[in-house]
Amino acid sequence: MSNEVDLGRRKALQSGGGMSLLALFGGLSLLRSGDVLAEWNKAAFSSKAVDEAFGSMGATNPENNAALIQLTVPEIAENGAVVPVTVSSSLPNVEQIAILVDKNPSVLAASFTIPQGTEAMVTTRVKMGQTANVVALVKSNGKFYRMAKEVKVTAGGCGG
Amino acid sequence: MANPMKIRATVKEGVTEVKILMQHEMETGLRKEADGTLVPAWFITEVKAQYQGRTVLEAQFGQSVSKNPYLLFRFKGGAAGEKVSVSWVDNKGESRSDEATIAA
Repeated sequence: MSNEVDLGRRKALQSGGGMSLLALFGGLSLLRSGDVLAEWNKAAFSSKAVDEAFGSMGATNPENNAALIQLTVPEIAENGAVVPVTVSSSLPNVEQIAILVDKNPSVLAASFTIPQGTEAMVTTRVKMGQTANVVALVKSNGKFYRMAKEVKVTAGGCGG
Repeated sequence: MANPMKIRATVKEGVTEVKILMQHEMETGLRKEADGTLVPAWFITEVKAQYQGRTVLEAQFGQSVSKNPYLLFRFKGGAAGEKVSVSWVDNKGESRSDEATIAA
C-alpha cells in the first residue's frame, strides 16, 4: 500500500508545481465542501474532569451500560504513549462515540461523529500519563451511555 | 507541508474497512525540552473521511491522541477501484488531504 501512496506522490511531483497547487486547493475545498464540519469543541477538549467534558458535550449523567458498549483496551500498557482503544456498540442509531482518559490533564481524547451507514465502531490510539480509566461515551437515538475500563500504565506517555 | 497519510481501504461483503495512519507530532503542550522550555501544543483537531462526496466519518481530536494518529472504521458500501479521501486540520491551521483506492 505504501508503494501506491509513494507512486501517487511521485506522479504529483512529476506533474509540476501547478498540479501540487491544485492538489492543495482540492484538499482545502474537500474540508470545506459539503456538510459543514461541527466546530471543534474547545470546552470539552479543555475539560479537566470527565463530568465536565460530558457536560460540554451535552451528555449530563450518561447511563452506565457495560452490556451495550464494548470497550477494548489492554489491561496493562507498557507504553502509555500508544494505548490502543476500540469502542463499538450494539445500540441502535449511534451518532457519536467519544473516548476519554480520566487522569489525563485534558480528559477528552477524541470524539467521532458516526454518520448513517457507518458502523458504530472505531479504533484509535491514545496517550495515558498514568494508570487511569478509559471511558467510552456513546450517543444513541439522542441519549448518552458510558462504559469505563482501567488500564494499568507502567511507563507514562506524556513526556516531561 | 505535512507528510502524507497512509490510507488502506478494503471492501468485503459490502462493507469497506478504512485504516488511516496520519503523520503528526501531536504535541500536548505540556512536554518540556531538556533545557526546560515548553514545547507548544501542536495537534490535529479535525479529521474527515469521505466516500463519493458522502462523509463516512468525522473526528475531533484533543492532545491525548497518540503521535502519528491511527484510525480504523467501517462503512456500508464501497467497491473496488473507488476512492476514499481523508483530510485533517491541526491547531496551527495546517492541513493535509490524501486518498486511497478501495481494494477488494
